[in-house]
Formats: sequence, structure tokens, C-alpha cells
Amino acid sequence: MPSIRHMIIELGHFALILAFLVAIVQAVIPLVGAHKGWANWMSVAEPAASVQFLLTAFSFGALTYAFVTSDFSLQLVVLNSHTAKPMLYKVSGVWGNHEGSMLLWVLILTLFGAMAAWFGGNLPPSLRARVLSVQSAISVAFFAFILFTSNPFTRLATPPFDGQDLNPLLQDPGLAFHPPFLYLGYVGLSICFSFAVAALIEGRVDAAWGRWVRPWTLAAWIFLTIGIGLGSWWAYYELGWGGFWFWDPVENASFMPWLIAVALLHSAIVVEKRESLKSWTMLLAIMAFGFSLIGTFIVRSGVITSVHAFANDPERGVFILMILAVFMGGALVLYALRASALEAKGVFGVVSRETALVLNNILLAVAAFVVFIGTIWPLIAELFFDRKLSVGPPFFNMAFTPFMVALALILPVGAILPWKRARLGRALVQLRGAFVLALAMASVVWAMQAERSVLGPVGLFLGAWLVSGAAVDLWIRSGRGAIGDRLRRMLRLPRADWGKAVAHAGLGITIFGIAGLLAWQHEDIRVTQIGDRFEVAGYGIVLDSVDRVEGPNYLSTMGTMTVWRGSKQIAKLHPEKRIYPVAKMPTTEAGIDSGMLRDIYLVIGDPQQDGGWAVRTYIKPLANWIWSGAIIMALGGGLSLSDRRYRVAAGARKTGAAAPVPAE
Amino acid sequence: MLRNIILSLGLLLAIPAFAVEPDEVLGDPALESRARELSKGLRCLVCRNENIDESNAELARDLRVLVRERLVAGDSDPQVIDFIVNRYGEYVLLRPTTGGANLMLWIAGPVLLLVALGVGAGYVRSRRRAGETPQDQLSEDEQARLKEIMGE
Repeated sequence: MPSIRHMIIELGHFALILAFLVAIVQAVIPLVGAHKGWANWMSVAEPAASVQFLLTAFSFGALTYAFVTSDFSLQLVVLNSHTAKPMLYKVSGVWGNHEGSMLLWVLILTLFGAMAAWFGGNLPPSLRARVLSVQSAISVAFFAFILFTSNPFTRLATPPFDGQDLNPLLQDPGLAFHPPFLYLGYVGLSICFSFAVAALIEGRVDAAWGRWVRPWTLAAWIFLTIGIGLGSWWAYYELGWGGFWFWDPVENASFMPWLIAVALLHSAIVVEKRESLKSWTMLLAIMAFGFSLIGTFIVRSGVITSVHAFANDPERGVFILMILAVFMGGALVLYALRASALEAKGVFGVVSRETALVLNNILLAVAAFVVFIGTIWPLIAELFFDRKLSVGPPFFNMAFTPFMVALALILPVGAILPWKRARLGRALVQLRGAFVLALAMASVVWAMQAERSVLGPVGLFLGAWLVSGAAVDLWIRSGRGAIGDRLRRMLRLPRADWGKAVAHAGLGITIFGIAGLLAWQHEDIRVTQIGDRFEVAGYGIVLDSVDRVEGPNYLSTMGTMTVWRGSKQIAKLHPEKRIYPVAKMPTTEAGIDSGMLRDIYLVIGDPQQDGGWAVRTYIKPLANWIWSGAIIMALGGGLSLSDRRYRVAAGARKTGAAAPVPAE
Repeated sequence: MLRNIILSLGLLLAIPAFAVEPDEVLGDPALESRARELSKGLRCLVCRNENIDESNAELARDLRVLVRERLVAGDSDPQVIDFIVNRYGEYVLLRPTTGGANLMLWIAGPVLLLVALGVGAGYVRSRRRAGETPQDQLSEDEQARLKEIMGE
């Protein structure tokens, strides 16, 4: 029934325009209300935020409907879908393109705005009104961006019979969910930005502000961690040689906000517990979202991959650059005017938790800056010095890694230092065991390894130091007494304490995995005949057969390979080479046998003239630890987030917060 | 019929799905491992941020073969790099040189770290000294409200 289908698309388009108008109202009325002290004007913010979200959700639903039903009268569906595509990728195709992904962006933006309205009952009314207004101002900018430069609802006069299919690299479960998580993270940081700007307008930042902002930062950071982890895992199994991080501008675009979010997470603790570092925390909250916008700009304009891509489509790039300039410029000017009014209260000694967190922030912020300058340097060099050059992994590995090593070294010490005044000697004595354990492990590995690589033992030392340091942290908190009592008390520690230890240990596990993979990987490239066996690092590999297989929308050359340990078969793998005829693109699907200690990673190449096949074999030690560490970090964040203390709104309702709430 | 078209299309599209091919590998393992290391620092000119060691593109293959030819001819590592840069420009280097304006790129991180450490040290010292002078406190109303929010 074409008429209903048409209606839905047009209604979706209309809902988007309505949401834009609601956003304008929400950006202005509550802000004026807060300034003048008019409660009824301020109270517009909450319902407006809900309506804005519902309208955007409807619009997003309409676009999803068009993809699911393969409505080829929409240009976007033609360019990015195909009737033969599996359903999962029809849905993920909605955000597998520029216009749709921007719609997802604003959907999440308005979702966070609505959540701030729903769970913000405990905020002082004027602060809440301002937060929602600022948040809505961001929505206004992005609604305008979509409607004027990237409208997903553009129709075609003559719909074709079928679509041009989605980029096959994106037709993968890992990448289907990578963008939504990343956006939840990116856009989640917008709430921290809105809180910071609102607080600067109010001219007041206290411990309560720190407590309000932390859960939002934590949630955004968890999503970013999962999103980055998914992307890295996808690159590992999909791109065909098992790399996990490439320092690509697009990757860096997500990594910079992550680094700043980690810094913000820690400095907000100092604001909450000790009422210090206020103005720095404001700046971080502004910068975190600023880096999200820069990331969006880099990805959406294509300016870094090639200056020419930007010239091909200057409208969008310039629009996002303007958004960036207005919001960052505005926020930073406001910051410059008001930051000096934010007086620090907490007093602390040179050796203290506060100082350790200052050091944490310095290392993270400078590391993020290094990634930033490396990412934009090719652009600067071309614009100002007329040099066309590349900044690749060798630069980042050299310039960035020292910061992470320093951070990992001081982390366990800083984590157990008490607030205000601490004694370094005491902390070091408490960590003695962890240090000896880490050193012993590194020495054993150093003695065992065949190559004289420093990387492996150093990485192992840092990983073990972080994990055992996290255990010591929990152990110290359990107090004194018999071991049984302490263990019982340890289990009853607040979830925030567990979250902290788990997240720190997760970082250790990731470092462990990275070091293991980089230091002890084995690689073998050869031509093999069907049925022949060859040995790689103690594993026997046999190519049993190669078949042509037809998938739903691709053709595959699928090898059947067995892996042997001596005379025992331990795995049967199917590496593939696929061709997607509609999109005219080949992809490789590695055959991977995953294990705790190693992955066996097989790739099949081209047939040779003598009847053999080119085959690549990798033994990748500790590969899975990299992503396990990321999941554990996110889990730690989740534990922390579930701590009773952060359910601010819930707690306040029980005690019947007495603050005057505008009539609703 | 349609199936045949798709199949022949597939054959046409049989782009080598491989980075280093077995026939490129040098007999001498020492030379080969030097070639691999050098390849990791050279950019595939037609790809998006890929080095020639990982790239499947034809041009990357040509460069890999060229690197190996130079090594077999007895060039040292820097000589090979110079040779490639002379032909393709510094765009091919994934590790930018330290010459000229690039110096800024390399020292930006360390310099900012030093500045940040200086500012941080100043802040920490001022916080310690602040302990010696009394600070103005929140009003009683504000204190009460704060307590409530903190759930204490």
C-alpha cells in the first residue's frame, strides 16, 4: 500500500522540522526564564525536551521503516541498501551513511536532553532550565545541519528497481553496533558541556555540581569505551592482517574525547570530594565535547583524509566548523570571563590523592593533545608550509606511548594515596607485594622469550602492576583484622570502590594484551598445496579444500583449514575471500580460532598457477586480552554508575527534596 | 544467466586480497625482515592511511618490490628510504621527518608537558599554602542544601 508508506516518510520529515522548532523554543524560553526568575518560563524546558526527543525518535523510526521495507523512492535507501541484504544490515544501513548517521546523532542528543529533564528533578530549577536550554541550542545547530545540508528524506522522481547496496565492509555485526555506541559516548559528553556552560552562566560550581556531572561523564565514557573496543575488534578480524589500532584520523577522532573523558571523570571526583580543580574541570567538560565536535567534523568533512574531499563538499564541512566555532568559542569566552570567580576551597599537601589526580589529568590532557596535533598536522603542513606529508603510526607510537607508560606507573600509587595529606613511603610499602609480583613475572618472561624484545616484558610488568595494584587497593580498604573478616568486608565495599578497582585492572589487561600481541606475534606467508601440512610456531596447518560458496548478497571463495597440535586436530577454520557484486568490492574474512593465550588467525589469498593457494598464518598471543580489558573497563564504569550514591534523583525523592520546584 | 553474469563479474573483480605475496618474499631472511620493517614506515599512496606492508593495492606491491630490489642491490636502510622519498615525495613517509616546521610537531608534546607540569606544580603549592589562610565558607542555607544533595 504505497499511500501509507509515503505518509510515514513525509510524517517523519515533518516531525524532524517540528523537532527543530521545538528545539528553538527550548533554547530560548527557559534561558530567559532563568535569567528573569520566571518559573513558568523555566518550566517550558522539561516538556519541550521530552517532545523534542519523541519527535526525533518518530523521524528516525520513519527512516528505519524506509530501509526495512526497501523504499527505493528515497535516495538514501537507493544509495545504501539492496533487497537481498540481510535484515540486520538493512537496519544498520540507516546509520551506515552520512545523513542517517547524523539523524542518529541528534536522536541521541535529544535522548540525553530528555534524560537530563527526566532525572534532573533534584537540580536547582534555574540550573536545570539553563542546562536544558544549552543542550537544546546544540540540537538547534544539528537539526539545522541535517535539514539544510544533509536531509535523509530526499526523494527520487523515478525510483530504481533495486539499490546499490551498503559498503560490504560495514556489513558486519561488529560494525553494525559500533556507531551507535560511539555516538552515545560522543553525544553523552554534550550533557557535561551543557552542565559546564550552565554553571558558568550561574557563576557557581560546588561539590553538588561535581556529583551531578559525574554519572553523565561515566555513562558517556562507558559507551565510548565499548564503541572504540567494538571498532578495534572489527578491524582485527575484518581487515585481514589482524591489526587492532591504526592511528587513523577517524579512530583518533574517537580516542581524543575518550582521553579527555577519562581526565574529566577523575577531576570531577576532586570537585565533588574536595572542592578543588573546579575551573580546570569546567575547561575539561567544555573540551571533552569540543573534541567530540572536532571528531564529527573530521569524520563528516573528510578534511583530514584529503583536503580535496573537503573541497568537494564544502557546505557540510563549513557548517560543522561553524557549529564548532560558535559553541567552543562561546563557551571558552564565557569560561574566560567567569572561571576566575570559581574559588577553590580544598586544601591539600604536595603528596596527596589530589596531586596524583592533577598528574593524571596532565598526562591524559597532554596525551590527547599529542594525538590531536598528530591528526591535524598534515592539514597544517599543507595549508601553512606547503608540504604534503603523512603522520602515521610510527609517530603516534613514539610520541604517545610514553604518556601511557608514565600513567600506568603512577596509577596504583595514586589510587591508594589518601586525600589531603599522604605519605609516599607508606603507599609504596603497601604496594611492595604488587611490585615484586609484576617484576618477577616480567623477569620470567624476559628469560623465557626467544627474541630480546623489551616491549613484551615491559608491557607485562605494567599490566601485572596495574592488576595487582587494583587488588591491593581493595585489600587496603577492607581495614584491619583477620583475613576472613577482611575478605567479607571487601565484598561489602561500596560499588564505586569496586568499579574503580575493576576499571583500573581492565586497563592493565588491555596493556597486557597489546604488549603480548606486538612482542610475540608469529607470521607465516606461503603457497601451500591442498592436503599439505606446514608448521608455524608449533602448530600444524593443513589446507583441506577450497570451495566456491554463494552467500545472500556475495560470492565467497571459502577455504577449509585444519589446525593440528602434533597429531591432534584442535580447530577447523573457514577463511574466506568474498566479493560483493553489487557494491563491486572484495572483502576478506579471516578464519580465527580464539583462545585465552593465543589466536590462530588464517587468511586465504589467491590461487597460484601451480594449483596451490597463497595462505597467511598468524599466531597472535594474548590478542583477546585487548578487548577483554576494554569490556572490563566498561564493566568497572558500570559498577561505579550503579553505586547508590549516584542515584541522586532517587535519593532526593525519598527525602523529599525541599527545593522549590516550578509548577508542572 | 544472471548467475553467470554475477560469476564473471566476480572473476573480473578478483583483486589480490593480500598484502605481501609469497612470490615477493626474499630468500635471505635478514634482508626480508629489513624489507618488512621498512615497508611498515612507508605509505601506500593510493590508500587511506595504510602502509605498503598491509595494503592490497597494486601500487603498494610495486613499492614493496622496489624496496626489496634496493636492498638486494646493497643499499642501507636510509639509502632505500631516500631513494623512495626522492621518487614519491615526503608524503610517502609515515614517520614524518624532524626537519623544518615538523620540529614543532615533534616537540609540541614534550614542551606542553613541561608547561603543564610547571602550572600543575604551581597550583599544588598554592593549595598547600591556602591552608594557612582561612577561606570564606558557604552560608548556612547553602551548607544545608549541599548536605541534602549529597544525601548525608
